[in-house]
Amino acid sequence: MTAAWFVVARLARDRSALIGLVLIALLVLAALLAPLLSTHPDDVFELHPSERLRAPSGTHWLGTDRMGADVYSRLLFGARITILIGLIAVGASLAIGVPIGLVAGYHHGWASDLLMRVSDIFLAVPQVVLAIAIAQTLGPSLPNVILALSVTYWPWFARVVYAETRALQKEAFVESTAALGASPWRLTVLHVLPNIASPIIVRASIGMGFTILTAAALGFLGLGPPPPTPEWGRTIAESREFLPDAWWYAAAPGLAIFLTVMGFNLLGDGLRDVLDPRLRRSPSRDG
Amino acid sequence: MSAPAPPLLELVDLARHFPVRSAFGRRVGWLRAVDGVSLEVRPGETLGLVGESGCGKSTLGKTVMGIYTPTAGEIRFGGREIGRLPRRARRSVAKDLQYVYQDPGASLDPRWKIRPLLHEPLRIHTTLTRTERDREVGAILAAVGLPDAHLDLYPHELSGGQQRRVGLARILTLRPRLVILDEPTSGLDVSVQASVLKLFRSLQETFALTYVFISHDLSVVRAMCASIAVMYLGKIVERGPTIRVFEAPRHPYTQSLLAAVPRIGGRRVTADFALEGEPPNPRDIPSGCRFRTRCPLAQARCAAEEPPLRPLDGRAVACHFA
Amino acid sequence: MAELLAVRGLRVDFATDRGPAQVLDRINLDIAAGEVVGLVGESGCGKTTLARAILGILPEGSARIREGEVRFRGTDLLTQGPAAMNEHVRGRAITFIPQDPFTSFSPLFPVGTQIMDLMKWKSPRAREQARPASLFGRYPRARQRADREAVLETLRAVQIPEPARALRRLPHEFSGGQRQRLMIAMALLPQPDLIIADEPTTALDVTIQAQILRLLRALVKERGVSVLFTTHDLGTAHELCDRVVVMYAGQEMEAAPTDAFFGRPAHPYTRSLLASVPGPDGEIRDIPGEVPSLVTPPPGCRFHPRCDHATAECRVERPQPRALADGHGVRCHHPVDAPAGAGA
Repeated sequence: MTAAWFVVARLARDRSALIGLVLIALLVLAALLAPLLSTHPDDVFELHPSERLRAPSGTHWLGTDRMGADVYSRLLFGARITILIGLIAVGASLAIGVPIGLVAGYHHGWASDLLMRVSDIFLAVPQVVLAIAIAQTLGPSLPNVILALSVTYWPWFARVVYAETRALQKEAFVESTAALGASPWRLTVLHVLPNIASPIIVRASIGMGFTILTAAALGFLGLGPPPPTPEWGRTIAESREFLPDAWWYAAAPGLAIFLTVMGFNLLGDGLRDVLDPRLRRSPSRDG
Repeated sequence: MSAPAPPLLELVDLARHFPVRSAFGRRVGWLRAVDGVSLEVRPGETLGLVGESGCGKSTLGKTVMGIYTPTAGEIRFGGREIGRLPRRARRSVAKDLQYVYQDPGASLDPRWKIRPLLHEPLRIHTTLTRTERDREVGAILAAVGLPDAHLDLYPHELSGGQQRRVGLARILTLRPRLVILDEPTSGLDVSVQASVLKLFRSLQETFALTYVFISHDLSVVRAMCASIAVMYLGKIVERGPTIRVFEAPRHPYTQSLLAAVPRIGGRRVTADFALEGEPPNPRDIPSGCRFRTRCPLAQARCAAEEPPLRPLDGRAVACHFA
Repeated sequence: MAELLAVRGLRVDFATDRGPAQVLDRINLDIAAGEVVGLVGESGCGKTTLARAILGILPEGSARIREGEVRFRGTDLLTQGPAAMNEHVRGRAITFIPQDPFTSFSPLFPVGTQIMDLMKWKSPRAREQARPASLFGRYPRARQRADREAVLETLRAVQIPEPARALRRLPHEFSGGQRQRLMIAMALLPQPDLIIADEPTTALDVTIQAQILRLLRALVKERGVSVLFTTHDLGTAHELCDRVVVMYAGQEMEAAPTDAFFGRPAHPYTRSLLASVPGPDGEIRDIPGEVPSLVTPPPGCRFHPRCDHATAECRVERPQPRALADGHGVRCHHPVDAPAGAGA
């Protein structure tokens, strides 16, 4: 636990990383406490056509949408969707990509070449395009969005893990633990994996941002969860015909997406700086 | 008088070649790092393996250890051929045959604490319970002179010397019979070197170890090893009791090697140093005797015929004219 | 004897995470003209820092020269501006042979180009520049030819085969030993008064080292160049040097002509150091204790925590230099009077 605290303390020194951390914290808070923080929690489902497209005011902090629902409240509940999509998609990519990367990295031969070529093929296609193709084929729904994103993002993890595993194989401690008689399983899971945790964490953070952006794109194109789900991308799509008059209708979810993605990217960058070089330093060696 | 103990380690014509590839990946030649080495190590002995860079001594150590698979020849350990064992069986040999890197501290996973690092070899090879392992580990720690408090630290929280001791302790938990030491004092200050050598000596006594001591430092080898084998470009050129070889080296390369070592006190040795040139590229080994390109005794026969290692004057020499 | 180089009371601190490390503690050092002086000591003793301080190439951000002077041919180098140091001293009156022959050359350009670049600015035939050195300085043809002759001759002297062809080759085509010969040539070409060689043979095999040491000694004696040779290997110091100075934890402990240094060492540290070299008898003696931290060094004589002869005086006051015999100086409150080997 102290290691985690150490990381946070170090992160705090980096201003942009701190901003990232704050933004993510806000997102998480919004998602967790949506029922408490929202002013009109029922607006996720209820319609008030008489109040449609009202500008931001005292009762509706970010105005209302075309159904008269409170934009602010829907935004908060939308945060839940956003986080859910991000976490599950990135989690699934991790679960697929990391083992593939480990196996490909550990072995030398046609099997590992094959695995990496497959992941290269996935990487060659832009993620958005591939996700659109999959979501389109399977139909618009939340699970399908998550599936599409997982299937397109895992190669990033595989590649990072593969490169790091290969690099680590040359390290003396890996070679010597192998010489001690450690099995490949023990080596990869107990020794290699903890040592490459940092790049994986960094990639996961950046992946969250990337995935959320792609999810919003899918939602915008109508391939995401259907209405009345307050998904941010779909909200922007809905707002299009009312622009530029009902500017708040697009600005709110747009800004939310922007800040979320930026937050994850800043956090990821900050983590990258903090995690690796610092932890390898040995404070007790004499300078 | 009873027959001498059978050798603990026996190498028969051991070879390890590395393919040399062109830019397109095609193999254009071979780097014959170890090219037919035969030797024996008896239990309790310390064999010194000396030579300059490129002679193959490190590759030899790693091949015996199983880090590289032999290209040809046999490795017999405790009477059993181990060079061609399948992976899983080879791993069980690690219990008896171990290898110490130049920097044993680097062999420690930086993310593990010392306690699990020392428990690990026992978890891999034995079925001891946690308490039994604790006891073993405690005994080993004492043997290398480290306090119990270190068990809860990470490697980077220890000094370089302490890390070295932990690295050694890790290997010793398995109670190996033979330990290959690869350049253990290279780059160390002379007083630190002295402490490390003393540690090796005391460990040898406590654990009844047999050492193969790979080093380019002749004065260290002289102090630590009862027998010595001199390597040049992948082959052994002279082999025998250290005292004999040092007092009266017979192979021209050994003579040059010993002549090159700076001595404290007395005449400057380098004033007379005669060996010219550099060792040939190991990818392009000369025909016949490998040393002939720099040897003052070289003649036509040396280019045509490779001299075998044959007994002479209480040791073995590979030279036509020794 | 006229001192070519005299370091007096040099104090250098390095900034570290835990406060300033007192890397050099009021060092004195003398080098006479034509003399080869060995600076021996274990890692962290400050010998490389001293060499760099003399050349004026200490890392700017972290190193701080607190006090002292470095008198070279009468002038204090520490008071010279960087331009003057570059013009007249560095690479000209004082040249440098680095430790690692493998990274001393730029891998992109042929060796000849790099050496001729050196000669353009540092050749002894170059006249004093009226304008400051720039990329576009003139390199007169006549001088270029004379310089090239000097280069070829020096390459022959360091026993590089076929010098003219060698100049066209890239650095990676030379072995470590050959690159070190090239470095020696480059150190000799400006016709310096002093060469500072920082562990030049540490990375080389022992037979190559023997060739290089023999070569270096012959060349410097022939040309009357002084050498400051830092090493942690006592044997090479014995081979190459006329006089040896030993340092420990930033303080110089003893300085003596080679025979006296190895035969009749007076300082307890020198004796312990010599005793820890593996002897033919197989006996191995180490020095108990560890090298002290330079951030909080022991007061007085820094060796006192590990010294058998230490008394209260040693813990408080650093010993002043004391002359024991001709050229044999020691900084110790209790110098040992017996020849080496007779008791620690």
